[in-house]
Amino acid sequence: MTTTALVFMLLAMVLVWGGLVVSILRLRRDGNDAGWDEHGDPVDGHPGVGRE
Amino acid sequence: MPKTHAHAQRPREQWSGQLGFVLAAIGSAVGLGNIWRFPGVAYENGGGAFLIPYLVALLTAGIPILWLDYSLGHRFRGAAPTVFRRLTRGKGEILGWFQVTISCAIILYYTVIIAWSASYVWFSVDRRWGEDPAGFLIGEYLQAGDPGISTTIVPSVLIPLVGIWVVAIAILALGVQKGVERANLIFIPLLVIMFLGLVIRAVTLPGALDGLNAFFTPEWAALTDPGVWISAYSQIFFSLSIAFGIMITYSSYLKRRANLATTGLVVGFANSSFELLAGIGVFSALGFMAMQSGVPVAELPNIAGVTLAFIAFPQIISMMPGGQLFGVLFFGSLTLAGMTSLLSILQVVSAAFQEKFGITPRQAALRIGGVAALVSIALFSTTTALPLLDTVDKYVNEVGVAGSAVVMAVVVTWVVRRLPELQGHLNNRPGVRVGGWWRVLVGVVVPVVLGYILISGIRTLIVEGYDEYPRWFTNTFGWGTIAALVVLAGLMTVLRWRRSPDDYQPEELPGLHGDTREVGR
Repeated sequence: MTTTALVFMLLAMVLVWGGLVVSILRLRRDGNDAGWDEHGDPVDGHPGVGRE
Repeated sequence: MPKTHAHAQRPREQWSGQLGFVLAAIGSAVGLGNIWRFPGVAYENGGGAFLIPYLVALLTAGIPILWLDYSLGHRFRGAAPTVFRRLTRGKGEILGWFQVTISCAIILYYTVIIAWSASYVWFSVDRRWGEDPAGFLIGEYLQAGDPGISTTIVPSVLIPLVGIWVVAIAILALGVQKGVERANLIFIPLLVIMFLGLVIRAVTLPGALDGLNAFFTPEWAALTDPGVWISAYSQIFFSLSIAFGIMITYSSYLKRRANLATTGLVVGFANSSFELLAGIGVFSALGFMAMQSGVPVAELPNIAGVTLAFIAFPQIISMMPGGQLFGVLFFGSLTLAGMTSLLSILQVVSAAFQEKFGITPRQAALRIGGVAALVSIALFSTTTALPLLDTVDKYVNEVGVAGSAVVMAVVVTWVVRRLPELQGHLNNRPGVRVGGWWRVLVGVVVPVVLGYILISGIRTLIVEGYDEYPRWFTNTFGWGTIAALVVLAGLMTVLRWRRSPDDYQPEELPGLHGDTREVGR
Protein backbone atom coordinates (compact mmCIF):
# COMPACT_ATOMS: atom_id res chain seq x y z
CA MET A 1 0.00 0.00 0.00
CA THR A 2 1.46 3.36 -0.98
CA THR A 3 2.00 6.16 1.52
CA THR A 4 -0.52 8.36 -0.33
CA ALA A 5 -3.22 5.70 -0.19
CA LEU A 6 -2.47 5.07 3.49
CA VAL A 7 -2.71 8.79 4.28
CA PHE A 8 -6.07 9.02 2.50
CA MET A 9 -7.37 5.96 4.27
CA LEU A 10 -6.42 7.43 7.65
CA LEU A 11 -7.84 10.82 6.64
CA ALA A 12 -11.15 9.22 5.66
CA MET A 13 -11.27 7.33 8.96
CA VAL A 14 -10.53 10.45 11.01
CA LEU A 15 -13.04 12.66 9.19
CA VAL A 16 -15.93 10.21 8.82
CA TRP A 17 -15.59 8.04 11.91
CA GLY A 18 -14.34 11.03 13.90
CA GLY A 19 -17.42 12.96 12.78
CA LEU A 20 -19.59 10.13 14.04
CA VAL A 21 -17.85 9.98 17.43
CA VAL A 22 -18.03 13.76 17.91
CA SER A 23 -21.72 13.89 16.97
CA ILE A 24 -22.55 10.98 19.32
CA LEU A 25 -20.70 12.71 22.18
CA ARG A 26 -22.56 15.92 21.38
CA LEU A 27 -25.90 14.08 21.33
CA ARG A 28 -25.15 12.52 24.72
CA ARG A 29 -24.19 15.90 26.16
CA ASP A 30 -27.28 17.59 24.74
CA GLY A 31 -29.41 14.73 26.05
CA ASN A 32 -27.96 15.08 29.53
CA ASP A 33 -28.45 18.83 29.47
CA ALA A 34 -32.05 18.65 28.37
CA GLY A 35 -33.21 15.35 29.82
CA TRP A 36 -35.50 13.03 27.92
CA ASP A 37 -39.19 13.43 28.49
CA GLU A 38 -39.93 9.98 29.86
CA HIS A 39 -43.51 10.85 30.64
CA GLY A 40 -44.47 11.14 27.02
CA ASP A 41 -46.34 13.84 25.25
CA PRO A 42 -49.86 15.03 25.63
CA VAL A 43 -52.34 13.61 23.22
CA ASP A 44 -52.00 15.67 20.08
CA GLY A 45 -55.12 14.57 18.35
CA HIS A 46 -53.40 13.07 15.40
CA PRO A 47 -55.71 11.10 13.15
CA GLY A 48 -55.32 7.36 13.03
CA VAL A 49 -52.74 7.12 15.76
CA GLY A 50 -52.03 4.55 18.40
CA ARG A 51 -52.66 0.85 18.56
CA GLU A 52 -55.72 -0.85 19.80
CA MET B 1 -47.89 25.01 24.41
CA PRO B 2 -49.20 22.75 21.70
CA LYS B 3 -52.93 22.88 21.22
CA THR B 4 -54.91 19.68 21.35
CA HIS B 5 -58.05 18.52 19.66
CA ALA B 6 -61.29 18.17 21.51
CA HIS B 7 -62.03 14.88 19.82
CA ALA B 8 -58.60 13.32 20.22
CA GLN B 9 -58.83 9.64 20.99
CA ARG B 10 -55.50 7.89 21.14
CA PRO B 11 -52.01 9.21 21.78
CA ARG B 12 -49.67 9.05 18.83
CA GLU B 13 -47.22 6.18 18.85
CA GLN B 14 -43.74 7.14 20.04
CA TRP B 15 -40.21 5.83 20.16
CA SER B 16 -39.28 4.73 23.67
CA GLY B 17 -36.35 7.14 23.62
CA GLN B 18 -33.70 8.84 21.53
CA LEU B 19 -31.71 5.61 21.10
CA GLY B 20 -34.64 3.79 19.54
CA PHE B 21 -35.11 6.55 16.99
CA VAL B 22 -31.40 6.88 16.23
CA LEU B 23 -31.01 3.14 15.64
CA ALA B 24 -34.13 3.00 13.48
CA ALA B 25 -32.99 6.02 11.44
CA ILE B 26 -29.52 4.51 10.99
CA GLY B 27 -31.14 1.21 10.07
CA SER B 28 -33.15 2.99 7.43
CA ALA B 29 -30.17 4.84 5.98
CA VAL B 30 -27.80 1.87 6.03
CA GLY B 31 -29.07 -0.40 3.30
CA LEU B 32 -27.96 -2.45 0.33
CA GLY B 33 -26.54 0.62 -1.44
CA ASN B 34 -24.03 1.25 1.34
CA ILE B 35 -22.51 -2.17 0.82
CA TRP B 36 -22.73 -2.71 -2.90
CA ARG B 37 -22.92 0.79 -4.40
CA PHE B 38 -20.61 3.12 -2.47
CA PRO B 39 -17.31 1.19 -2.91
CA GLY B 40 -17.70 1.07 -6.70
CA VAL B 41 -18.85 4.70 -6.98
CA ALA B 42 -15.89 5.93 -4.89
CA TYR B 43 -13.40 3.83 -6.84
CA GLU B 44 -14.67 4.99 -10.23
CA ASN B 45 -14.80 8.66 -9.20
CA GLY B 46 -11.32 9.46 -8.02
CA GLY B 47 -10.62 6.92 -5.27
CA GLY B 48 -9.24 8.77 -2.24
CA ALA B 49 -9.94 12.13 -3.88
CA PHE B 50 -13.66 11.23 -3.91
CA LEU B 51 -13.57 11.83 -0.16
CA ILE B 52 -13.61 15.59 -0.77
CA PRO B 53 -16.78 15.90 -2.89
CA TYR B 54 -18.38 13.15 -0.80
CA LEU B 55 -17.94 15.05 2.47
CA VAL B 56 -18.95 18.33 0.85
CA ALA B 57 -22.13 16.63 -0.41
CA LEU B 58 -22.82 15.15 3.02
CA LEU B 59 -22.52 18.54 4.73
CA THR B 60 -24.22 20.70 2.09
CA ALA B 61 -27.07 18.41 0.97
CA GLY B 62 -27.33 15.16 2.94
CA ILE B 63 -27.54 16.50 6.48
CA PRO B 64 -29.51 19.66 5.48
CA ILE B 65 -32.22 17.51 3.81
CA LEU B 66 -32.21 15.17 6.81
CA TRP B 67 -32.89 18.19 9.01
CA LEU B 68 -35.64 19.31 6.63
CA ASP B 69 -37.31 15.88 6.82
CA TYR B 70 -36.93 15.76 10.62
CA SER B 71 -38.34 19.24 11.16
CA LEU B 72 -41.29 18.60 8.81
CA GLY B 73 -42.24 15.29 10.42
CA HIS B 74 -41.72 16.47 13.97
CA ARG B 75 -43.41 19.84 13.60
CA PHE B 76 -46.45 18.64 11.68
CA ARG B 77 -46.72 15.28 13.43
CA GLY B 78 -47.62 12.84 10.74
CA ALA B 79 -46.79 10.70 7.77
CA ALA B 80 -45.91 12.51 4.54
CA PRO B 81 -49.51 13.20 3.29
CA THR B 82 -50.56 14.60 6.68
CA VAL B 83 -47.40 16.70 6.92
CA PHE B 84 -47.67 18.25 3.44
CA ARG B 85 -51.39 18.84 3.88
CA ARG B 86 -50.77 20.68 7.13
CA LEU B 87 -47.71 22.49 5.78
CA THR B 88 -49.48 23.82 2.70
CA ARG B 89 -52.94 24.09 4.25
CA GLY B 90 -54.37 21.41 2.02
CA LYS B 91 -52.93 21.94 -1.46
CA GLY B 92 -49.73 19.95 -1.06
CA GLU B 93 -51.14 16.63 0.12
CA ILE B 94 -50.41 15.08 -3.27
CA LEU B 95 -46.66 15.54 -2.73
CA GLY B 96 -46.96 13.45 0.44
CA TRP B 97 -48.87 10.76 -1.42
CA PHE B 98 -46.30 10.83 -4.20
CA GLN B 99 -43.65 10.02 -1.58
CA VAL B 100 -45.87 7.21 -0.30
CA THR B 101 -46.40 5.74 -3.77
CA ILE B 102 -42.63 5.89 -4.36
CA SER B 103 -42.24 3.86 -1.16
CA CYS B 104 -44.92 1.43 -2.38
CA ALA B 105 -42.98 0.85 -5.60
CA ILE B 106 -39.67 0.36 -3.79
CA ILE B 107 -40.97 -2.21 -1.30
CA LEU B 108 -42.26 -4.37 -4.15
CA TYR B 109 -38.77 -5.10 -5.48
CA TYR B 110 -36.60 -4.37 -2.43
CA THR B 111 -38.05 -7.42 -0.69
CA VAL B 112 -36.94 -9.75 -3.47
CA ILE B 113 -33.31 -8.57 -3.22
CA ILE B 114 -33.44 -9.29 0.52
CA ALA B 115 -34.89 -12.70 -0.33
CA TRP B 116 -31.97 -13.40 -2.69
CA SER B 117 -29.52 -12.33 0.05
CA ALA B 118 -31.21 -14.63 2.57
CA SER B 119 -31.01 -17.50 0.07
CA TYR B 120 -27.31 -16.84 -0.47
CA VAL B 121 -26.67 -17.08 3.28
CA TRP B 122 -27.78 -20.68 2.92
CA PHE B 123 -25.99 -21.19 -0.41
CA SER B 124 -22.73 -19.97 1.17
CA VAL B 125 -22.64 -22.97 3.49
CA ASP B 126 -22.02 -25.43 0.66
CA ARG B 127 -20.96 -22.88 -1.97
CA ARG B 128 -23.91 -23.91 -4.07
CA TRP B 129 -22.83 -21.81 -7.07
CA GLY B 130 -19.93 -24.15 -7.82
CA GLU B 131 -17.38 -22.95 -10.37
CA ASP B 132 -19.71 -20.55 -12.18
CA PRO B 133 -21.48 -18.04 -9.89
CA ALA B 134 -22.77 -15.98 -12.83
CA GLY B 135 -24.29 -18.99 -14.53
CA PHE B 136 -25.74 -20.18 -11.24
CA LEU B 137 -27.35 -16.79 -10.47
CA ILE B 138 -28.84 -16.11 -13.89
CA GLY B 139 -29.57 -19.66 -14.98
CA GLU B 140 -30.12 -22.01 -12.08
CA TYR B 141 -31.29 -19.68 -9.29
CA LEU B 142 -33.21 -16.83 -10.99
CA GLN B 143 -33.94 -18.73 -14.22
CA ALA B 144 -33.83 -15.27 -15.75
CA GLY B 145 -35.62 -14.69 -19.03
CA ASP B 146 -35.72 -11.82 -21.50
CA PRO B 147 -37.21 -8.46 -20.43
CA GLY B 148 -40.98 -8.68 -20.20
CA ILE B 149 -43.62 -10.02 -17.85
CA SER B 150 -43.60 -13.71 -17.13
CA THR B 151 -46.06 -15.70 -15.06
CA THR B 152 -43.59 -18.53 -14.52
CA ILE B 153 -42.90 -18.63 -10.78
CA VAL B 154 -39.41 -19.56 -9.57
CA PRO B 155 -39.97 -21.61 -6.38
CA SER B 156 -36.45 -21.01 -5.03
CA VAL B 157 -37.16 -17.25 -5.08
CA LEU B 158 -40.81 -17.53 -4.06
CA ILE B 159 -40.17 -19.33 -0.76
CA PRO B 160 -37.66 -16.85 0.77
CA LEU B 161 -39.70 -13.94 -0.63
CA VAL B 162 -42.80 -15.14 1.20
CA GLY B 163 -40.66 -15.56 4.33
CA ILE B 164 -39.35 -11.99 4.13
CA TRP B 165 -42.87 -10.62 3.70
CA VAL B 166 -44.19 -12.63 6.67
CA VAL B 167 -41.41 -11.37 8.94
CA ALA B 168 -41.78 -7.76 7.75
CA ILE B 169 -45.58 -7.71 8.15
CA ALA B 170 -45.32 -9.30 11.60
CA ILE B 171 -42.86 -6.65 12.77
CA LEU B 172 -44.91 -3.85 11.24
CA ALA B 173 -48.10 -5.11 12.89
CA LEU B 174 -46.49 -4.78 16.33
CA GLY B 175 -46.31 -1.01 15.88
CA VAL B 176 -43.52 1.52 16.13
CA GLN B 177 -42.15 0.80 19.59
CA LYS B 178 -42.74 -2.94 19.97
CA GLY B 179 -42.15 -3.75 16.32
CA VAL B 180 -39.88 -1.44 14.33
CA GLU B 181 -37.86 -0.14 17.29
CA ARG B 182 -37.26 -3.55 18.88
CA ALA B 183 -36.31 -5.08 15.52
CA ASN B 184 -33.73 -2.35 14.96
CA LEU B 185 -32.47 -2.72 18.51
CA ILE B 186 -31.56 -6.31 17.61
CA PHE B 187 -30.72 -6.01 13.90
CA ILE B 188 -28.39 -2.98 13.97
CA PRO B 189 -25.91 -4.20 16.64
CA LEU B 190 -25.98 -7.63 14.96
CA LEU B 191 -25.30 -6.04 11.57
CA VAL B 192 -22.38 -4.03 12.94
CA ILE B 193 -20.84 -7.09 14.65
CA MET B 194 -21.25 -9.28 11.57
CA PHE B 195 -19.92 -6.66 9.19
CA LEU B 196 -16.96 -5.85 11.45
CA GLY B 197 -16.12 -9.56 11.52
CA LEU B 198 -16.28 -9.63 7.72
CA VAL B 199 -14.05 -6.56 7.34
CA ILE B 200 -11.47 -7.89 9.82
CA ARG B 201 -11.28 -11.14 7.84
CA ALA B 202 -11.14 -9.24 4.53
CA VAL B 203 -8.22 -6.96 5.48
CA THR B 204 -6.16 -9.96 6.62
CA LEU B 205 -6.46 -11.71 3.24
CA PRO B 206 -3.46 -11.82 0.91
CA GLY B 207 -3.78 -9.04 -1.66
CA ALA B 208 -6.04 -6.93 0.58
CA LEU B 209 -3.53 -4.08 0.60
CA ASP B 210 -3.59 -3.98 -3.20
CA GLY B 211 -7.34 -3.55 -3.04
CA LEU B 212 -7.09 -0.79 -0.45
CA ASN B 213 -4.39 0.84 -2.52
CA ALA B 214 -6.71 0.94 -5.52
CA PHE B 215 -9.59 2.20 -3.40
CA PHE B 216 -7.80 5.02 -1.57
CA THR B 217 -5.21 6.27 -4.08
CA PRO B 218 -6.46 9.72 -5.11
CA GLU B 219 -6.89 10.79 -8.70
CA TRP B 220 -6.74 14.54 -8.39
CA ALA B 221 -7.91 15.18 -11.94
CA ALA B 222 -11.27 13.74 -10.91
CA LEU B 223 -11.96 16.81 -8.77
CA THR B 224 -12.19 18.99 -11.86
CA ASP B 225 -14.78 16.67 -13.42
CA PRO B 226 -18.33 17.90 -12.67
CA GLY B 227 -19.55 14.32 -13.13
CA VAL B 228 -17.57 13.24 -10.06
CA TRP B 229 -19.24 15.91 -7.93
CA ILE B 230 -22.64 14.89 -9.25
CA SER B 231 -21.81 11.27 -8.37
CA ALA B 232 -20.92 12.34 -4.83
CA TYR B 233 -24.19 14.23 -4.39
CA SER B 234 -26.12 11.32 -5.91
CA GLN B 235 -24.45 8.79 -3.61
CA ILE B 236 -25.16 10.86 -0.50
CA PHE B 237 -28.68 11.63 -1.60
CA PHE B 238 -29.72 8.10 -2.54
CA SER B 239 -28.05 6.39 0.42
CA LEU B 240 -29.54 8.51 3.21
CA SER B 241 -33.20 7.50 2.67
CA ILE B 242 -34.25 11.11 2.34
CA ALA B 243 -37.07 12.86 0.50
CA PHE B 244 -39.48 9.98 0.17
CA GLY B 245 -41.20 10.11 3.49
CA ILE B 246 -39.12 7.85 5.71
CA MET B 247 -37.45 10.43 7.92
CA ILE B 248 -40.64 12.53 7.97
CA THR B 249 -42.58 9.53 9.28
CA TYR B 250 -39.90 8.38 11.74
CA SER B 251 -39.39 11.85 13.25
CA SER B 252 -43.14 12.24 13.76
CA TYR B 253 -42.90 9.55 16.47
CA LEU B 254 -40.30 11.52 18.46
CA LYS B 255 -41.28 13.17 21.71
CA ARG B 256 -41.73 16.89 21.67
CA ARG B 257 -38.43 17.88 23.29
CA ALA B 258 -36.38 15.49 21.17
CA ASN B 259 -33.05 16.62 19.82
CA LEU B 260 -33.43 16.81 16.05
CA ALA B 261 -30.35 18.60 14.74
CA THR B 262 -27.65 16.60 16.52
CA THR B 263 -29.51 13.39 15.77
CA GLY B 264 -29.32 14.31 12.09
CA LEU B 265 -25.54 14.64 12.39
CA VAL B 266 -25.29 11.22 14.07
CA VAL B 267 -27.43 9.53 11.41
CA GLY B 268 -25.60 11.25 8.54
CA PHE B 269 -22.14 10.35 9.82
CA ALA B 270 -23.23 6.83 10.84
CA ASN B 271 -24.42 6.19 7.29
CA SER B 272 -21.13 7.43 5.85
CA SER B 273 -19.15 5.49 8.48
CA PHE B 274 -20.80 2.28 7.39
CA GLU B 275 -20.11 3.13 3.74
CA LEU B 276 -16.43 3.67 4.51
CA LEU B 277 -16.31 0.35 6.37
CA ALA B 278 -17.99 -1.31 3.40
CA GLY B 279 -15.45 0.24 1.03
CA ILE B 280 -12.58 -1.15 3.11
CA GLY B 281 -14.15 -4.60 3.33
CA VAL B 282 -15.22 -4.85 -0.30
CA PHE B 283 -11.94 -3.61 -1.79
CA SER B 284 -9.85 -5.79 0.53
CA ALA B 285 -11.83 -8.76 -0.77
CA LEU B 286 -11.50 -7.55 -4.38
CA GLY B 287 -7.73 -7.20 -3.84
CA PHE B 288 -7.65 -10.83 -2.73
CA MET B 289 -9.69 -11.83 -5.77
CA ALA B 290 -7.37 -9.91 -8.10
CA MET B 291 -4.30 -11.58 -6.60
CA GLN B 292 -5.86 -15.04 -6.90
CA SER B 293 -6.86 -14.32 -10.49
CA GLY B 294 -3.48 -12.84 -11.41
CA VAL B 295 -4.93 -9.54 -12.66
CA PRO B 296 -4.72 -5.96 -11.35
CA VAL B 297 -7.67 -4.69 -9.31
CA ALA B 298 -8.35 -2.14 -12.07
CA GLU B 299 -9.13 -4.94 -14.51
CA LEU B 300 -11.71 -6.66 -12.32
CA PRO B 301 -15.27 -6.57 -13.66
CA ASN B 302 -18.40 -6.57 -11.48
CA ILE B 303 -17.45 -4.12 -8.74
CA ALA B 304 -20.93 -2.76 -8.01
CA GLY B 305 -24.55 -3.73 -7.57
CA VAL B 306 -26.12 -7.12 -8.05
CA THR B 307 -23.08 -8.44 -9.91
CA LEU B 308 -20.72 -7.48 -7.06
CA ALA B 309 -22.88 -9.12 -4.43
CA PHE B 310 -24.11 -12.21 -6.23
CA ILE B 311 -21.32 -12.94 -8.71
CA ALA B 312 -18.03 -11.41 -7.50
CA PHE B 313 -18.49 -12.24 -3.82
CA PRO B 314 -19.40 -15.88 -4.44
CA GLN B 315 -16.20 -16.12 -6.52
CA ILE B 316 -14.23 -14.66 -3.61
CA ILE B 317 -15.93 -17.02 -1.15
CA SER B 318 -15.02 -19.98 -3.34
CA MET B 319 -11.36 -18.91 -3.49
CA MET B 320 -11.03 -18.32 0.23
CA PRO B 321 -10.10 -20.85 2.89
CA GLY B 322 -13.05 -20.90 5.32
CA GLY B 323 -15.04 -18.89 2.79
CA GLN B 324 -18.33 -20.35 4.01
CA LEU B 325 -18.25 -18.25 7.20
CA PHE B 326 -17.24 -15.18 5.17
CA GLY B 327 -20.22 -15.80 2.91
CA VAL B 328 -22.62 -16.16 5.81
CA LEU B 329 -21.33 -12.87 7.26
CA PHE B 330 -21.55 -11.03 3.93
CA PHE B 331 -25.00 -12.19 2.87
CA GLY B 332 -26.26 -12.07 6.46
CA SER B 333 -25.16 -8.41 6.57
CA LEU B 334 -26.93 -7.71 3.28
CA THR B 335 -30.10 -9.34 4.61
CA LEU B 336 -30.06 -7.37 7.86
CA ALA B 337 -29.19 -4.06 6.19
CA GLY B 338 -32.01 -4.65 3.73
CA MET B 339 -34.53 -5.63 6.41
CA THR B 340 -33.98 -2.51 8.51
CA SER B 341 -34.40 -0.31 5.44
CA LEU B 342 -37.45 -2.27 4.30
CA LEU B 343 -39.16 -1.77 7.67
CA SER B 344 -38.69 1.99 7.40
CA ILE B 345 -40.15 2.12 3.87
CA LEU B 346 -43.10 -0.04 4.92
CA GLN B 347 -43.72 2.27 7.87
CA VAL B 348 -44.09 5.21 5.45
CA VAL B 349 -46.93 3.42 3.69
CA SER B 350 -48.49 2.00 6.84
CA ALA B 351 -48.52 5.34 8.69
CA ALA B 352 -50.04 7.18 5.72
CA PHE B 353 -52.91 4.69 5.44
CA GLN B 354 -53.44 4.62 9.22
CA GLU B 355 -53.87 8.37 9.25
CA LYS B 356 -56.01 8.71 6.13
CA PHE B 357 -58.39 5.84 6.91
CA GLY B 358 -58.22 5.77 10.73
CA ILE B 359 -56.99 2.19 10.94
CA THR B 360 -54.63 0.63 13.46
CA PRO B 361 -51.02 -0.39 12.78
CA ARG B 362 -52.08 -4.03 12.81
CA GLN B 363 -54.86 -3.44 10.29
CA ALA B 364 -52.52 -1.39 8.09
CA ALA B 365 -49.79 -4.04 8.25
CA LEU B 366 -52.15 -6.86 7.32
CA ARG B 367 -54.12 -5.02 4.64
CA ILE B 368 -51.44 -2.90 2.98
CA GLY B 369 -48.67 -5.41 3.63
CA GLY B 370 -50.85 -8.24 2.37
CA VAL B 371 -51.70 -6.51 -0.90
CA ALA B 372 -48.10 -5.38 -1.42
CA ALA B 373 -46.85 -8.90 -0.73
CA LEU B 374 -49.18 -10.39 -3.34
CA VAL B 375 -48.13 -7.84 -5.99
CA SER B 376 -44.47 -8.25 -5.08
CA ILE B 377 -44.70 -12.04 -5.32
CA ALA B 378 -46.62 -11.88 -8.60
CA LEU B 379 -44.10 -9.55 -10.24
CA PHE B 380 -40.77 -10.49 -8.70
CA SER B 381 -40.79 -14.21 -7.97
CA THR B 382 -40.95 -14.88 -11.69
CA THR B 383 -38.32 -15.40 -14.37
CA THR B 384 -38.49 -11.72 -15.43
CA ALA B 385 -37.75 -10.27 -11.99
CA LEU B 386 -34.19 -9.12 -12.68
CA PRO B 387 -34.75 -6.77 -15.67
CA LEU B 388 -38.01 -5.55 -14.16
CA LEU B 389 -36.57 -4.59 -10.78
CA ASP B 390 -33.49 -3.09 -12.41
CA THR B 391 -35.66 -0.83 -14.58
CA VAL B 392 -38.20 0.13 -11.92
CA ASP B 393 -35.40 0.89 -9.44
CA LYS B 394 -33.61 3.15 -11.94
CA TYR B 395 -36.67 5.24 -12.83
CA VAL B 396 -38.17 5.40 -9.34
CA ASN B 397 -34.91 6.66 -7.85
CA GLU B 398 -33.58 8.93 -10.58
CA VAL B 399 -36.92 10.44 -11.54
CA GLY B 400 -39.28 9.82 -8.61
CA VAL B 401 -37.11 10.33 -5.53
CA ALA B 402 -34.96 13.08 -7.03
CA GLY B 403 -38.08 14.85 -8.33
CA SER B 404 -39.74 14.57 -4.94
CA ALA B 405 -36.71 16.14 -3.25
CA VAL B 406 -36.53 19.07 -5.64
CA VAL B 407 -40.27 19.79 -5.39
CA MET B 408 -40.18 19.45 -1.59
CA ALA B 409 -37.28 21.93 -1.24
CA VAL B 410 -38.90 24.40 -3.65
CA VAL B 411 -42.36 24.16 -2.05
CA VAL B 412 -41.08 24.61 1.51
CA THR B 413 -38.67 27.41 0.62
CA TRP B 414 -40.27 29.36 -2.18
CA VAL B 415 -43.98 28.49 -2.28
CA VAL B 416 -45.16 28.32 1.32
CA ARG B 417 -41.99 30.06 2.63
CA ARG B 418 -41.97 28.17 5.91
CA LEU B 419 -38.26 27.39 6.10
CA PRO B 420 -37.65 30.03 8.83
CA GLU B 421 -40.39 28.35 10.89
CA LEU B 422 -38.73 24.96 10.47
CA GLN B 423 -35.37 26.47 11.41
CA GLY B 424 -37.02 27.86 14.52
CA HIS B 425 -38.47 24.44 15.29
CA LEU B 426 -35.02 22.82 15.07
CA ASN B 427 -33.51 25.50 17.28
CA ASN B 428 -36.32 25.47 19.83
CA ARG B 429 -35.08 22.19 21.28
CA PRO B 430 -31.76 20.75 22.41
CA GLY B 431 -29.08 20.19 19.81
CA VAL B 432 -26.61 21.98 17.60
CA ARG B 433 -27.79 25.38 16.47
CA VAL B 434 -28.94 25.60 12.86
CA GLY B 435 -28.00 28.93 11.30
CA GLY B 436 -29.34 30.88 8.34
CA TRP B 437 -26.88 29.02 6.11
CA TRP B 438 -29.22 26.01 6.35
CA ARG B 439 -31.94 27.97 4.57
CA VAL B 440 -29.50 28.84 1.78
CA LEU B 441 -28.49 25.17 1.41
CA VAL B 442 -32.07 23.87 1.38
CA GLY B 443 -33.52 26.72 -0.63
CA VAL B 444 -30.78 27.22 -3.21
CA VAL B 445 -28.02 24.59 -3.22
CA VAL B 446 -30.27 21.53 -2.91
CA PRO B 447 -32.76 22.53 -5.66
CA VAL B 448 -29.94 23.54 -8.01
CA VAL B 449 -27.76 20.44 -7.51
CA LEU B 450 -30.57 17.91 -7.29
CA GLY B 451 -32.43 19.72 -10.07
CA TYR B 452 -29.37 19.24 -12.29
CA ILE B 453 -29.16 15.55 -11.32
CA LEU B 454 -32.88 15.16 -12.02
CA ILE B 455 -32.89 16.93 -15.39
CA SER B 456 -29.70 15.29 -16.65
CA GLY B 457 -31.03 11.91 -15.50
CA ILE B 458 -34.35 12.42 -17.30
CA ARG B 459 -32.56 13.65 -20.42
CA THR B 460 -30.31 10.58 -20.50
CA LEU B 461 -33.23 8.23 -20.00
CA ILE B 462 -35.17 9.91 -22.81
CA VAL B 463 -32.28 10.13 -25.27
CA GLU B 464 -30.38 6.93 -24.53
CA GLY B 465 -32.92 4.76 -22.72
CA TYR B 466 -31.63 2.55 -19.94
CA ASP B 467 -28.96 -0.08 -20.30
CA GLU B 468 -29.66 -2.38 -23.24
CA TYR B 469 -33.32 -2.88 -22.52
CA PRO B 470 -35.75 -2.42 -25.43
CA ARG B 471 -37.54 0.93 -25.57
CA TRP B 472 -40.99 -0.61 -25.24
CA PHE B 473 -39.83 -2.21 -21.98
CA THR B 474 -38.34 0.93 -20.40
CA ASN B 475 -41.26 3.03 -21.62
CA THR B 476 -43.78 0.61 -20.13
CA PHE B 477 -42.12 -0.27 -16.85
CA GLY B 478 -39.88 2.78 -16.35
CA TRP B 479 -41.90 5.80 -17.43
CA GLY B 480 -45.10 3.80 -16.95
CA THR B 481 -44.24 3.28 -13.29
CA ILE B 482 -43.61 6.99 -12.78
CA ALA B 483 -46.93 7.85 -14.44
CA ALA B 484 -48.72 5.26 -12.31
CA LEU B 485 -47.18 6.68 -9.11
CA VAL B 486 -48.39 10.19 -9.98
CA VAL B 487 -51.90 8.99 -10.86
CA LEU B 488 -52.12 6.90 -7.67
CA ALA B 489 -50.93 9.86 -5.61
CA GLY B 490 -53.67 11.99 -7.16
CA LEU B 491 -56.32 9.35 -6.47
CA MET B 492 -55.26 8.99 -2.84
CA THR B 493 -55.36 12.75 -2.44
CA VAL B 494 -58.99 13.08 -3.51
CA LEU B 495 -60.22 10.31 -1.19
CA ARG B 496 -61.91 11.50 2.02
CA TRP B 497 -60.08 11.49 5.34
CA ARG B 498 -61.64 9.41 8.09
CA ARG B 499 -60.82 12.29 10.42
CA SER B 500 -59.62 15.61 9.08
CA PRO B 501 -56.01 16.42 9.98
CA ASP B 502 -56.58 20.11 9.36
CA ASP B 503 -57.55 21.31 12.84
CA TYR B 504 -53.98 21.01 14.03
CA GLN B 505 -51.85 23.82 15.32
CA PRO B 506 -48.11 23.24 15.45
CA GLU B 507 -46.11 24.25 18.49
CA GLU B 508 -45.80 28.00 18.94
CA LEU B 509 -42.28 29.29 18.52
CA PRO B 510 -40.71 32.31 20.19
CA GLY B 511 -39.90 35.05 17.68
CA LEU B 512 -41.46 33.18 14.78
CA HIS B 513 -42.99 36.23 13.22
CA GLY B 514 -40.02 38.39 13.94
CA ASP B 515 -36.33 37.75 13.54
CA THR B 516 -35.90 33.99 13.37
CA ARG B 517 -32.30 34.36 14.47
CA GLU B 518 -33.71 34.85 17.92
CA VAL B 519 -35.34 31.46 17.81
CA GLY B 520 -32.80 29.39 19.62
CA ARG B 521 -32.05 27.44 22.67
